[in-house]
Amino acid sequence: MNLLIDSLTMVCLALGCFLGLTGGIGIYRLPDFFTRLHASSVTDSACAFLILFGLALQAGWSLVTIKLGLVFFFLVLSSPTASHALAKTALNSNQQPLLGREDKR
Amino acid sequence: MIKHIVYLASALGLFWLMLSGHYTGFMFGCATASIALTLFIAWRMDVVDDEAEPIHLTGQIFHYWLWLAMEVAKANLDVCRRIWSPKLDISPTMICLTANQKTPLGVMLYANSITVTPGTVCVNVEGDKLEVHALTWSAAEDLLDGEMDRRVCRLEI
Repeated sequence: MNLLIDSLTMVCLALGCFLGLTGGIGIYRLPDFFTRLHASSVTDSACAFLILFGLALQAGWSLVTIKLGLVFFFLVLSSPTASHALAKTALNSNQQPLLGREDKR
Repeated sequence: MIKHIVYLASALGLFWLMLSGHYTGFMFGCATASIALTLFIAWRMDVVDDEAEPIHLTGQIFHYWLWLAMEVAKANLDVCRRIWSPKLDISPTMICLTANQKTPLGVMLYANSITVTPGTVCVNVEGDKLEVHALTWSAAEDLLDGEMDRRVCRLEI
C-alpha cells in the first residue's frame, strides 16, 4: 500500500513538473502576448493540481491535505482573474493580438 | 438576509476549523471574535446577499465543477500537444460570444470558466457580450457550440 502511494506520488509529481516545463517552453515558443497567456494557464491548472495532489497523497488524511486543497482552490479562483486582468490591460493599451491561419491538424 | 448571514458564518467557521488545528478554549474564543468581526464588516460593506453568497448554486455546482475539470484536463492535453509539436500548430482567434445567463453572477461564472480552461481567455466583458481570445480555431469553435453556456445557464435555475 505504501509502495503504491509512493509510486503514485512520484508519477503525479513527475507529470506536474513536466507540465510546468511545458508551460515555460510554451511561453518561450509562442509568438505573442495573448498566446503566451494560454501557455501559462497550463501551469496554473493541471501542473498545480498534479503537484498538490502528489503532496496530498504523502500527507495522508490530515489537516495538511485540507490546506493543500485550499491552496488549489484559491489558485483556481485567482489565476483566471489574473489572466483576465492581464489580457484586458494588454488590449486596452493597444497590444494587438496576432491572429492566425486555419488549423492544420 | 438571515439565511445569508448564517451561511456566511458557517462557511467562515468551517474555514477556521480547517486552517487552525489548535482546538483549545482560548482559540475558539478568538475564532468567534474574528468571525463576528468579519460578519460585521461584510454587513457594513453590504455584501451579504445572493451575489456574494450564492446559496442557490451550492447543490449543482459540484456536478458542474466535475464537468469543468474534465474539460480543463482535455484542453490541457490539447495545448500541451500544440506547444510541443515542432510546427507549432496554433491559429490564434478572437471571437465574440453572447452569454445567455440571466444574472451578472452567471455571466461571471461563464467568463471565469472560459478563462480557467487553457486555450481560451475571456478578454473583455460588456453586459452579456464576451470577447474571447482562443489559441486555436477548434477551441473557439467548441465555445461557439455553446455547451458550456448551456451548462452555466442550467446552474442558475
